[in-house]
Amino acid sequence: MSDWSRATGARLIGDRAPGELAAPRETITGNRGLQIEENLIFEQGSLGRCGIDLADPPLFRARLGGLERQGPIGLPGLSEPQVVRHFTRLSQKNYAIDSGLYPLGSCTMKHNPRLNEKLARLPGFADIHPLQPVSTVPGALVLIDTLAHWLKTLTGMPAIALSPGAGAHGELCGIMSIRAALEARGERRRSRVLVPESAHGTNPATAAACGYNVDSVSGNLQGRVDIEALRAKLDTDVAALMLTNPNTCGLFENEILEIAAAVHAAGAFFYCDGANFNAIVGRVRPADLGIDCMHLNLHKTFSTPHGGGGPGSGPVALAASLAPYAPLPWLVHGAHGLELVEHKKGKTQQAIGRLKGFHGQMGMFVRALAYMMSHGADGLRQVAEDAVLNANYLRVRLKSDLSLSFPGPCMHEVLFDDCFLRETGITTLDFAKALIDEGYHPMTMYFPLVVHGALLIEPTETESKASLDHFADVLKALASKARLGDTARFHAAPRWTPRRRLDETAAARKPVLRWHPEPIEQQAEQ
Amino acid sequence: MSTFRFTRDHEWVRLDGDLAIVGITDYAQSQLGDVVYVELPEIGHRVEKGKEAAVVESVKAASEVYAPVSGKVAEINEMLAADPATINADPMGDGWFIKLRLDDPKELDSLMNEEDYKRFIEEQS
Amino acid sequence: MRYLPLTDPDRREMLAAIGVDSIDALFADVPRAARLDGPVDLPRAMGEIEVERAISGMASRNVAAGSVPFFIGGGAYRHHIPAAVDHLIQRGEFLTSYTPYQPELAQGTLQYLFEFQTQVALLTGMEVANASLYDGATACAEAVMMANRVTRRRKAVLSGAVHPHYREVCETYARFVGFEVAALDPAPGGDEDPTGLVGRDTSCVVVQNPGFFGEIRDYSHLARHCHAAGALLVVVVTEVLSLGAIVPPGEMGADIVAAEGQSLGNALNFGGPHLGLFASRDKFVRQMPGRLAGQTVDADGRRGWVLTLSTREQHIRREKATSNICTNSGLCALAFTIHLALLGETGLTRLARLNHAAAIALAERLERIPDVRVLNQAFFNEFALRLPRPAAAVVDALAERGVLAGIPVSRLYPSWTELAGILLVAATEMTTTEDMDRFDRALREALS
Repeated sequence: MSDWSRATGARLIGDRAPGELAAPRETITGNRGLQIEENLIFEQGSLGRCGIDLADPPLFRARLGGLERQGPIGLPGLSEPQVVRHFTRLSQKNYAIDSGLYPLGSCTMKHNPRLNEKLARLPGFADIHPLQPVSTVPGALVLIDTLAHWLKTLTGMPAIALSPGAGAHGELCGIMSIRAALEARGERRRSRVLVPESAHGTNPATAAACGYNVDSVSGNLQGRVDIEALRAKLDTDVAALMLTNPNTCGLFENEILEIAAAVHAAGAFFYCDGANFNAIVGRVRPADLGIDCMHLNLHKTFSTPHGGGGPGSGPVALAASLAPYAPLPWLVHGAHGLELVEHKKGKTQQAIGRLKGFHGQMGMFVRALAYMMSHGADGLRQVAEDAVLNANYLRVRLKSDLSLSFPGPCMHEVLFDDCFLRETGITTLDFAKALIDEGYHPMTMYFPLVVHGALLIEPTETESKASLDHFADVLKALASKARLGDTARFHAAPRWTPRRRLDETAAARKPVLRWHPEPIEQQAEQ
Repeated sequence: MSTFRFTRDHEWVRLDGDLAIVGITDYAQSQLGDVVYVELPEIGHRVEKGKEAAVVESVKAASEVYAPVSGKVAEINEMLAADPATINADPMGDGWFIKLRLDDPKELDSLMNEEDYKRFIEEQS
Repeated sequence: MRYLPLTDPDRREMLAAIGVDSIDALFADVPRAARLDGPVDLPRAMGEIEVERAISGMASRNVAAGSVPFFIGGGAYRHHIPAAVDHLIQRGEFLTSYTPYQPELAQGTLQYLFEFQTQVALLTGMEVANASLYDGATACAEAVMMANRVTRRRKAVLSGAVHPHYREVCETYARFVGFEVAALDPAPGGDEDPTGLVGRDTSCVVVQNPGFFGEIRDYSHLARHCHAAGALLVVVVTEVLSLGAIVPPGEMGADIVAAEGQSLGNALNFGGPHLGLFASRDKFVRQMPGRLAGQTVDADGRRGWVLTLSTREQHIRREKATSNICTNSGLCALAFTIHLALLGETGLTRLARLNHAAAIALAERLERIPDVRVLNQAFFNEFALRLPRPAAAVVDALAERGVLAGIPVSRLYPSWTELAGILLVAATEMTTTEDMDRFDRALREALS
């Protein structure tokens, strides 16, 4: 079977003059073929209509203590076909990994297997209550324990805290555990957390939330942490280093063992942001790098869907020195099999407490375990290799057209800066918006902050070679258009999306954050 | 106007009677882009030279505005809340942020004059 | 491997194009000592059939709520999820899209978030709502931290009716973020007056309505008291469906509402993922945590949507962000929005009435059992029973009889011996008369 992208690759280049690009946009309806305009549900519904047939409530005497809600809430009424059509039309205004390559660096937009969705919806997982008797959910405990075993084996760490709701929540869990460990050894005075300049925003936000001062560490010319700058900052006032590895420039911190040794020599802990674990899963165990604590984004490395922003899941792997502080609940192997420990007692006495309601993101655990079992130990290793191979393939295909920020092999993502756009009057943003017109979601832009006008590309392992070739061809063609001065193409982009560039300044100056009905009183008065 | 004094963080200050008016420079507003929001201190609040006095935000960035001199906030520019674009349109005039009752007018002497500031931003870019 | 498109010839060709002779060359930056030579000690790849068999086997060992008479609530409720909800949220354009940072490619997500925010604001009676947080418990902690920022004070007073998990999450955050939590004792069936604890250092009072023990209260007076003292009133709602029946927090004077939205559109999922709802007043919007979708226009002047006020957030403000949250509960918010769109005003109020009616029927029936007492004056779909013996043992005995009877409060308050006899019981539109018959019979047997 031929690959669709190979077929479309043939009709890549349109050598029309800039003026010819604009097709007639106006239609009577505002619709454009398959792109249908869609109003808000509040503008479509009417009182009295309902999309669900519910039985008549029996007669009863209310026991609401006289606090019955009075007056209309203001919710629109719609039938089921209206609701289905509304949300189907909305869905058609979205780009998705299901519809194309989604090269957002650091976000890991890989294929989301549907088997995982099916299994998460089994009544034995979806329809069990977190507080039903533990004796009625042995299979749930086995699943969590199995997931924990896989994650511990892959990280080489002895303990795993499963409850955090997403990566940033995992960071909180990790830094809180570190603070608890420091306090337990009587070191309350350490006041700083070191964070490289290239870090995700969640790292400094987390450290600050836990009461630490954030101290930025500069990078070197190779896109890695400057170890001498780091050493200069390491003293007995430092609680932890938060490092992403592979880092957000898509590079492995090749001096990581020296970094770990220096951090530990200063009596601090080594926190690793595991957002990029997908580059090394199965090939490198974080424990072997001297890491004390690392969160894992199940929605990145282990393919649980991003869902337009969530939900995620952020388990945290902990070294023995931090394991006693893992948040509640704990799942432990007791005399009678698996036990769910929900309160501080005995071995859990030093736990930092509870970070989230109930026991964590079970629905995500099921999906992640299905993903891991599908790949197996061998397949996960292949995942890392293919992710790295794909990124490097794009690197060499693009290095003469775009400007590579750092020389040499990258890991799962490759970083370019905007040097190739110099003197063109085209910015990284313009370039990305033109990519939208070509049918692609842009790469991560303007992040990391350490290079100018960053373009960070992460293809993931679930793209075929043909798909990468097509993407590279498009980028090269666009870069060529930029060099040749076809600025109109870039400045006017995107042209073919349901909406063109949106006025974010107006949105922020006069925020409209919800729908309001037309003021009825005024109409009545007229 | 020679009465303006400037900081390396791109704030300006100018004496107006016994008050010092503070704002951000044209260079600062051009770097920031369209201003969408300003957070001003309360009247009566004390600000210290070099410490945060206000915050100015564009869509993609938030910057602290540092007090060029120490003093007590005597007046704030209420107009900015309704129309933050004033900062882009007229940063050195109607786009002023706060008026301070100075602790020590001598602090002004340590700041750059207009010529020095011009040279400073040329070196920056 | 079915998820990996590269073939071995592809890999060879690509390595050649890169100019290296093996994949190992691309991992050269990894210190030699840390490289694994072969696969870790875990099972090898499995086909779809094998994975499905293994994981379904685990699922089959659990007692699903739908398979037995089921009366458990306590912050997670079993409601009917219309088929259209799960169908629509599985559309790949929703399921497999990222956070809508590129608005031109995410108008679908942004528009439903705008609809979601409007629905949440309307339900809670508040002015503005965000695009979701992880769950109700973390929303509660975020609410307290926001109140601390708004008031520049650092002490929160928590009602004894706040869900114990929510209280525990607040206490964990308090210890590390650096604020104080003064929690009142749980008092099922009793009254409490937090006003005595409200002082000049109090940033907020946190109450829950209906309370953890099911009691419904009017907090208007408390709101006035808080405001007079310069503190905020935070109202927690763990059963969002109750807002279809009872006076919403906004009308009682709440400044922040932190709620669990799981009841609409989302399954129990053993406790997650769930859906944190967060609503407040316009004047506090810049102190809110999490994402906000807003309305604007595009280059052609057409209405569209963007994420806005992002300077509050970690990816711009870094260490000065209002919260470190990034990923939230987007898809759960979509399920909520679709379910509530299907219900509409008529459906929501009717569904709320069905729940209340079911709970009344259950309460009236269980009250007739000797020595069993309903402790609530008022309740929505959940209430507290005092049993003549420890509830935990009774629940276990009923589970053996195939009835999931409710939550023994001792599971959440193990050191409170006076609460050992209290059982928290919920009924919803899913509860049938036969379910109640079986519960009634089994409870009588267990107590006799």
